[in-house]
Amino acid sequence: MMNPSLDDPAQIVAMKTILDPSGQLAEGYSVVVSDDELLHYYRSMKLVRAFDDICLKLQRSGRIGFSIPNLGIEACQIGAASALRKDDWFFPSYRDFGMALYHGVKPVDMMHNMFGNSLDSAKGRQMPVHFSFTEPIKFASISSPLGTHLPQAVGAAHAAKLRGEDTVALASFGDGGTSTLGFHSALTFAGVWKSPVVFLCQNNGYAISLPAHEQTASDGYAIKGMGYGVRALTVDGNDVFAVREATLEAVEFARAGGGPTLIEAVTFRMGGHSTSDDPSTYVPKEVVEEWAKKDPIDRFEKFLGARGLWDAEKGEQIGKDCLAEIDAAAKVAAATAPPTLETIFSDVYAEIPAHIRKQGEASFELSNRLGEAAAGDGAFPL
Amino acid sequence: MAIQTLLGAVNDALRTAMRRDESVLMFGEDVGLKGGVFLATGGLQKEFGKERCFDTPLSEDGIIGAAIGMAMNGMRPVAEIQFQDFIFPAFDQIVSEAAKLRYRSGGQYTAPMVIRTPYGGGIRGGLYHSQSGEAYFCHTPGLKVVIPSTPYDAKGLLLASIADPDPVLFMEPKALYRSVKGEVPEDYYTVDLSTTRTVLEGDDVTVFCYGAMVPVVEKAAAMAAEKGISVLVIDLRTLLPLDEDGVVEAAKRTGRVVTVTEAPRFCGYAGEISAIVAERAMEYMEAPVLRVTGFDTPFPNTLEHHYLPDARRVIDAIEKVYSF
Ligand SMILES: Cc1ncc(C[n+]2csc(CCOP(=O)(O)OP(=O)(O)O)c2C)c(N)n1
Repeated sequence: MMNPSLDDPAQIVAMKTILDPSGQLAEGYSVVVSDDELLHYYRSMKLVRAFDDICLKLQRSGRIGFSIPNLGIEACQIGAASALRKDDWFFPSYRDFGMALYHGVKPVDMMHNMFGNSLDSAKGRQMPVHFSFTEPIKFASISSPLGTHLPQAVGAAHAAKLRGEDTVALASFGDGGTSTLGFHSALTFAGVWKSPVVFLCQNNGYAISLPAHEQTASDGYAIKGMGYGVRALTVDGNDVFAVREATLEAVEFARAGGGPTLIEAVTFRMGGHSTSDDPSTYVPKEVVEEWAKKDPIDRFEKFLGARGLWDAEKGEQIGKDCLAEIDAAAKVAAATAPPTLETIFSDVYAEIPAHIRKQGEASFELSNRLGEAAAGDGAFPL
Repeated sequence: MAIQTLLGAVNDALRTAMRRDESVLMFGEDVGLKGGVFLATGGLQKEFGKERCFDTPLSEDGIIGAAIGMAMNGMRPVAEIQFQDFIFPAFDQIVSEAAKLRYRSGGQYTAPMVIRTPYGGGIRGGLYHSQSGEAYFCHTPGLKVVIPSTPYDAKGLLLASIADPDPVLFMEPKALYRSVKGEVPEDYYTVDLSTTRTVLEGDDVTVFCYGAMVPVVEKAAAMAAEKGISVLVIDLRTLLPLDEDGVVEAAKRTGRVVTVTEAPRFCGYAGEISAIVAERAMEYMEAPVLRVTGFDTPFPNTLEHHYLPDARRVIDAIEKVYSF
C-alpha cells in the first residue's frame, strides 16, 4: 500500500490516503493494531490539543513567554511516532512534541520546560517547546536553527549501523526546513551511506508566512528525494494510518539495511506559527476552512465511532481528562522554583574552566553585595 | 519631525531609500506580506511591490549569496536575516565572499549591500534568539559593522549603510525596537559611519558601549552622578571600521575606562577597546581598563536578566575604576 519509489515521479508525488475525511478506510486496508492502541492514538492527539490550549492561556496571561500550536497536524506526529520503538532516535522539530507524549514523556516534564524552571531537563536555558529528553525515548535536544538536526540524525543512524544495531533515526522537519543547508547535506549523506534514517517532512502549508508553493518550485517535497537517490513518497498527513504505515515501511526498510526514505506528509497548520504570530494577515480564511473539513482528529473519531470505540460523550470525557492532566502539570510547573544562578555557568563544558568559574563567583559576590538582577533591569520586553 | 521608535526609524529608512533609488531591494524571510517578524518591513511590499520587497525560501546562505550577486550586478540589496542567531548558514557567504570580493578581484568586483539583522537579549529568547555575534564579524576585514541605539541614528546610519560602497552588517538591538523613542527627520539624511556619538558628557570615567547597552549605561551614569561621579558615555555605533582616534581621545579625557557589551567577554569587542586604550593611551590611565560583558556561556533563558549586564554591574565597574 505504502510504496515509496526511487525513480518514478508519478508514484512519488501521488498522495496516499488510508483513512479519508469521512472516516472510511481505503479498500484492502485492514487495521491490525489493538483497540487499546487505537485509543492511545486518539488520546495522544487529544493530549497535544489540550497542551496547546493550556499553553495558549498561559502565554496570554503572561505566565509563559511562548508556545507552538499544533492544531491540525496531530496525526503526523502520532502516526509517525507509533511506528518507532522506544530505543530508536528522534530528531524532532519544535512542532513534534506529540511524538514525546505518545511515547510516555510526562506532561509535567514538558511543562517544566515551558516554564523554564529548576526541574526543566534543559535547566531553564532554552526557550519553551525546545524539549530534550533521554527517557523513555531519545528525543534529541531541539535547536532553533532550522535544519541543523538533519545531518545529525544521519550521523546517529550511521553510528548504530556501524555498531551493528538495528535502531533507526527519525528526522522530522517542516516544508521550510527543506531549503536549509542541513536538509541537502543530510539527504546527500544518507543516500551515499544508505543510513537507517527516516526523513519526515511535514508539509503544513506554511513556513511562518511563506506558503509552501513559494518555498520550492518542485512538485511538492517528496520528489526531492529522487535527486539524492533516496526513495520517497507522499502521504496524507491528516490521516494517522497513512503516516503510520509509511513510517513503518520506511523503518522496517532501514532496519533491514536498505537505507533512508523521505516521507512528505501533507497537512495544514491551522493555528499561527507561534503564540506571537497572527496568521490572519497572510493565510486566506477560505484555506483554513477547507482544511478544517479534513481535521485529523474529527476523521479519526468517525472511524473510532464506526468501530464502537467512540461517541460524543466519550470524546468529551477524554478531552476533559486531557485538559485536567495538562492543567495539573502546568500548576506543578508554575509552582516550581526557577533554576539556580549556578546553572548559568555549568554544562558549558564537562568541567567548569577557571575563567567561567571566576565570572560566576564574581557575579554571585555582586548579587550578595548589591542585590540580585531584577527581571526587566537591563531586560526589555518586546 | 516625528517621534518614532527605533523600529519605526528602520522602516522609515528603508522606505526612504527605496523611494530614492530604484535599485534598492529588500528581501528575506517573512519580510513581504507579513512585514517581518518584528514588522520592520511593514508596508514595504504594498508600496513597492513584490519585485522590490519580497520573501525568500528559508535559506540564509541563499539570501546572502543572492544579495552578493545582485550587488555585483547593479542592485543595492538590503537582506534581512530574521534573527542574528540564524546568520550562520550564511557565514561563508559573508566572511569568505562579500567581505573579500573587492580585495580578491583587485577592486574589479564589489558587493555594496546591507545585511540587516536583529540581535541581542532581553526578550526571553534563550540561546538562539538573543545572541550578540558582532565579534565574529568584526574579525572580518572587508566588512563594516554598524549598531544604532537611537531612532535618529537608526535611520541615518541605515541610509549611510545603504549608500556605502562596501558590505555592511547592520545589527539592530531588538530589545530597543519599541522601548526607545526619539525625533526622526522625515527627509533623507545620513549619519557618517565610523563616527562615535557622545551620549553624555563627563570628566571622571569614560564608558564605551553600543546598541542595547546604551540605555543601561545611561541609567548607571545617572546613578553615578548621584554619587558625585561624572561619566562620559560614548556610543561606538560603528564597530568596524572603528573611530579609533575618537576612542583614544575619550579615554584620555578621564583616564578611567569601562567598556560594556552584552556579548561574551573572551575575544569580544570590549577586549579590542581595552587593547586600543592600552596601546595608545596607557600613560593616561589612572586605573585598570575594565570590561562589563555577558558571561562566557551560551545565552540562558529564564535567567537572562542575570546574564545581561545591568546598571548594577555597570555602576560597580564605574566605582571600581573611579576609586582605584
Ligand atoms: C536557520 C533558521 N532560519 C530562520 C529561522 C526562523 N524560523 C523559525 S521557524 C521558521 C519557519 C519554519 O517553517 P517550516 O520549516 O515549514 O516548519 P513549521 O514551522 O511550519 O513547522 C523560521 C523562518 C530559524 N529558526 N532557523
